Amino acid sequence: MNSPILLQPDETFILNVGPQHPATHGVLRVKMEMSGEYIVEAETVIGYIHRMHEKMGELKTYPQFLMNLSRMDYLGALGYSHGHVLLIEKASGIEVPERAEYIRAIMVELNRVASHLFWFGAFVMDLGGFSPLMYALQDREHILDMLEGVTGSRLTYCYFRFGGLYNDVDDDFISAARRFIPRMRKSLKKYHALVTGNIIFRKRLEGIAPLSQEMCRKYGASSAVARGSGINFDVRKNEPYSVYPEFDFDVPVFHECDSLARYNVRMEEIEQSLRIIEQGLDKLPDGPIMPEKKPKLIKPPPGDYYQAVETARGSFGIRLVSDGGKTPYRLKLRSPTYSNMHLFDEACRGMMIMDALAFMGSLDLVIPEIDR
Amino acid sequence: MRLTLLNVIVAVVIAIGFAALNAAYLVWAERRGAARIQRRPGPNINGPFGLLQPPLDGIKLMAKQLTIPGGADKVLFIAAPVLAMFPAIMSFVTIPFSETIVAKNMNVGVLMIFAFASMGGMSLVFAGWSSRNKYAMMSSVRAVSQAVAYEIPMLITTITVVMISGSMDLMEIVRQQSGSILHWNIFPLLGNSHNILMPMSFLIFFTCTLAETNRAPFDLGEAESELVAGFHTEYGSMGFGLFFMGEYANIVIGSCMTTILFLGGWNAPLPFLGFIPGVFWFLLKLYLLIATFIWIRWTFPRTTIYGLLNLSWKILIPLSLFNLLFTAGLIKVF
Repeated sequence: MNSPILLQPDETFILNVGPQHPATHGVLRVKMEMSGEYIVEAETVIGYIHRMHEKMGELKTYPQFLMNLSRMDYLGALGYSHGHVLLIEKASGIEVPERAEYIRAIMVELNRVASHLFWFGAFVMDLGGFSPLMYALQDREHILDMLEGVTGSRLTYCYFRFGGLYNDVDDDFISAARRFIPRMRKSLKKYHALVTGNIIFRKRLEGIAPLSQEMCRKYGASSAVARGSGINFDVRKNEPYSVYPEFDFDVPVFHECDSLARYNVRMEEIEQSLRIIEQGLDKLPDGPIMPEKKPKLIKPPPGDYYQAVETARGSFGIRLVSDGGKTPYRLKLRSPTYSNMHLFDEACRGMMIMDALAFMGSLDLVIPEIDR
Repeated sequence: MRLTLLNVIVAVVIAIGFAALNAAYLVWAERRGAARIQRRPGPNINGPFGLLQPPLDGIKLMAKQLTIPGGADKVLFIAAPVLAMFPAIMSFVTIPFSETIVAKNMNVGVLMIFAFASMGGMSLVFAGWSSRNKYAMMSSVRAVSQAVAYEIPMLITTITVVMISGSMDLMEIVRQQSGSILHWNIFPLLGNSHNILMPMSFLIFFTCTLAETNRAPFDLGEAESELVAGFHTEYGSMGFGLFFMGEYANIVIGSCMTTILFLGGWNAPLPFLGFIPGVFWFLLKLYLLIATFIWIRWTFPRTTIYGLLNLSWKILIPLSLFNLLFTAGLIKVF
């Protein structure tokens, strides 16, 4: 009836975490070689929901591809669309009205806050605390309602157009956003009291999974993963785009290199995003949201173009090789989570499984964005 | 009270009824409590306030097929959920709810309850080992080290109380604490020991009860974010149902013991409140403790396995040993 379990000579066993596992938040599979509770070797296996977005980019015309970008990262979709429209505008020389750029920045920052809130809840849930997720989702709900009123959708937006926006913001949105900022600041205080100050929470993160700066650079990590290891890199500051130079905000950098530092960076980023939204609402100029002169058919001149943006998950790059046709010759999407995830294989060696999965939570992985 | 056959049957039926009713309705209470903490309604569709939810859940679980994974050890696989529920029900037999309401009082009641409580750990080991699942296996290994680590400070603390009372009889322990709140073992200023360290012992005992019953923040056996569902990953149907009910029955037993050993059992907190029946005070204390269990579960994240063992071996065991010696000294002095 029972066949004996054969152990390998070195007495390790393979634990297949995923593709369906509560900790991986999607269809990511991690093949772990375990020695008891310790991880000897880990290998991340991706590609379960590969949807060929890059190939679709080559087959579809430029406007047809607009909606694909928000299907990459369903939590912070607007940042990706932003990169795409900025690139095509740069390539085809389309002028964007100032009001449109301001609204774009406000929307992207709101979306970043929503994304970080969801990450916060899911991360604490990875650590076994379920309630903060519910609080975070409630705050996120306000953002989604606001965005729904303007963009028409709640998750996979197709709001940005080449040269401007699909819809102008109304007074309802502006007053809702103004009400939201103090409410969110109050919630942040509550989160810090409930979660950040909790001794169990701190003990599980302090000093766990140290990532050196060399390792972050080797794998091309960005976002809170790099900034938690003391690398002061934010595309919004280092390669400014859109109207970000107009805003006064800080890039939170922590030098502890551990999971708690990554957590602190993201929580501080929520505060900085709120500052940007506040300034954006104050400075919001009047004017059109679409340019007066816009080519009927978008055909960028032959050439090689690149645009990087800072999304909620890190530095997202999009490269376009155009041959002057209606569709791109090649469209490459550089997804930040893909780089951040590959740290995991090397960094989790010798860790216990529960620390490793907490570490994975701190990387903020969104699997559809890795697989594209 | 003479032990006739009728007496025994009535006692056992009441014990099982109380245990099952508590287990079923604590699930409901926990879900409503969690919902209240998380600002959502919780189960409120079936019956008034969702009160029909537990029986309906039970019917659903019983109607499902019990699947046994290939290569599992069938006998142990089936025995494990029964082992989870049975010790808790047995322990109810000797719990005194008031001066008169007790199924069968024994002069070694404390010993009996701890003997049965340690069988609870066995069910986790059997379940994890017989499922032939790696997650379940890891969970049961954790459960063993956790049970070993937490039964020691729990027993040492209990010995402290037994030394103060001079009896292993649960009713005798409660009678010793009669008077007012200052006679209870949690803060015995007017009691016969005058031990100012007893609040610490109470906290140690309460922490150990949390760990013994595998409740958050010590629910490492079923850490859902890393071990999927821990030892009951492979269980469906009523096998899972028994584990679930066993957990709540164990919570009730743990809270009963805390009430009896530290909170004065059925005694009223102030002497002039003595006209209210003792069973009211007992149930009040019991359910306040259980509410604390639920509150803690939905507030704290989970600890790590090494954090848990460090807490036990480096803090709880030395502290409880120290209090044992301190109490012994105080008893000698007074």
